[in-house]
Amino acid sequence: MSLYRYLARRLLLLIPLLIGISLVSFLISNALPADPTAANLGERAAADPEIVQAFRDKWGLDDPLYVQYLSYMRNLLKGDMGTSIRSHRPIVDELSKYLPATIELATFGIVISILAGIVFGVISAVWRNRPIDFIVRIISLIGVSAPVFWLALLGLIVLYLRWGIVPGPGRLDARVIPPPNVTGMYTIDSLLAGQWDVFRNALSHLMLPSVVLAAYSVGLITRITRSSMLEVLSQEYMNTARSKGLRERHVILRHGLRNALMPVVTIIGLSYGNLLSGAVLTETIFAWEGIGRYAYNAARTLDFPAIMGVTMLIAIVFVVTNLVVDMLYYFLDPRLRYQG
Amino acid sequence: MTPRLNIIRRRARQNPLMVAGILICIAWIFVSIFAKYVAPYDPLEQSIMERLMGPSSAHLFGTDQLGRDVLSRVLYGGRISLPAGLLVVTSAMIIGTIFGAITGYVGGMADELLMRFTEIFMAFPIIILAMAIAAALGPSVRNAVIAMIVVWWPNYARIVRSLVIQVKSNQYVESAQAIGASPLRILFITILPNCVAPALVMATLDIGNAILIFAGLSFLGVGPEPSAAEWGRMVSDGIDHYDQWWLSAFPGIAIFTAVMALNFIGDGLRDLADPRTRKAVG
Repeated sequence: MSLYRYLARRLLLLIPLLIGISLVSFLISNALPADPTAANLGERAAADPEIVQAFRDKWGLDDPLYVQYLSYMRNLLKGDMGTSIRSHRPIVDELSKYLPATIELATFGIVISILAGIVFGVISAVWRNRPIDFIVRIISLIGVSAPVFWLALLGLIVLYLRWGIVPGPGRLDARVIPPPNVTGMYTIDSLLAGQWDVFRNALSHLMLPSVVLAAYSVGLITRITRSSMLEVLSQEYMNTARSKGLRERHVILRHGLRNALMPVVTIIGLSYGNLLSGAVLTETIFAWEGIGRYAYNAARTLDFPAIMGVTMLIAIVFVVTNLVVDMLYYFLDPRLRYQG
Repeated sequence: MTPRLNIIRRRARQNPLMVAGILICIAWIFVSIFAKYVAPYDPLEQSIMERLMGPSSAHLFGTDQLGRDVLSRVLYGGRISLPAGLLVVTSAMIIGTIFGAITGYVGGMADELLMRFTEIFMAFPIIILAMAIAAALGPSVRNAVIAMIVVWWPNYARIVRSLVIQVKSNQYVESAQAIGASPLRILFITILPNCVAPALVMATLDIGNAILIFAGLSFLGVGPEPSAAEWGRMVSDGIDHYDQWWLSAFPGIAIFTAVMALNFIGDGLRDLADPRTRKAVG
């Protein structure tokens, strides 16, 4: 199947999936028992039936559900996700303000996970059952077993408060002025503006949160890489490569790793979902003005248009990432290109 | 049965981590059941005079912001987190098995529908969806567990479905059909028992994960009530008290050891179930 046909098929399949995603987010934020009036009006206002009724009219809470859904979708197609009850600002504006911070954090996280995970995995497969293998397995076990919010908190207490080697919460020091907004990602924007100080500061603020966020995926990718490498290392073609007199490093990286990468690539898409999940917890602790923290605040205050917008956005980001990973798969495995 | 016991003993020697995992697990289960007798203090008893005191001989893990004994709270904490994780995974597995087995066996339209339906749920990162549901239902242990089951079961539906499809193509299923066994009998007596082992291995690895997510929800405040002695909740107490590291460190270690033990067991089970890795390990 040609790449274009494959891509077209996948994009077409996205449509029902996106509709499903919007339905699920809608049902959660609108059909569940919690009463947004009580959560969003003050106690005194909630006791006044007139104010309550005005609130319900304003947000269309008394319309039948399918009417609410259809009018939501109609607005969505026009690029309008409604207004946040909490901040009275358009959800689209808020999401586009907070999304770049999360993308920046999650991208750093995924890069760290991939690099560390593959390096650890290869090391522990090549030196299987040696002390280094044992150490790596312990590290990856800590990664998949330790709660991310706990690592984040301990990281802050030890590395920031005690030793002072990483900066505190937030995306920049309080004294640093954010770079002119282009992408919304401080590292990129500061580079574009040529502000090296700001870049360094933004980078130092990214270190701890992204490492903490990556911990789980590092563990996961290490395990997959290790077992996949072990399988590849026992293949005949490895011996063939060696007997041709190639250097061991070349044999392992070119002939071994390349063939062991397939399952690793699959897990990367999954890991990105983990990172987005972890972002809710990490961002809350690191006062990171991103989409995870936004989702948390929306859920906490039952700001249902915001919950709907943010869950939908995160699901879409996740789905698109998986699509990209699948494309990568397609490029890595020539067999897929020739299959029907 | 003696040869069997010998095999177990030999395997145990081959996989010390799994043995360690089982021991830690038993220890946590024991502590949780007998928390009343093991814990030195009442986990909810406040003592304002003794608030935020560091670890000492009277309070080995120190006291929290309300003067409650952290050690006692940690020991009691497993009573919420461990059953919650277990309940989420078993319920998800039962619901998922019912749907996955039937659609996998029947195939066709039902199968296609279930796959599309589960894909929708898989598109949401677990904690985001669970958090939204739990928040909308109102924060409580029960609602957090319900939210997690809602998000969790599609996983199992997909796994069981693919297992059923795999097993379905075996010859013994064909023979069962040939002798005229009813579809229900074939599905439940012939096919499903052969899918149990891999699904169980998955589930063991998953309980640890479920405990982590549950602790995360509870950390975010959409789980147990604020005063509850629950691990995730206790770690969140530490946010406002950076200087009192013991508030968050100890409950975190509790989560960590419990989840790690379950991962050890799950890993070991997977090795046992998969002859390829068994050879590689031995």
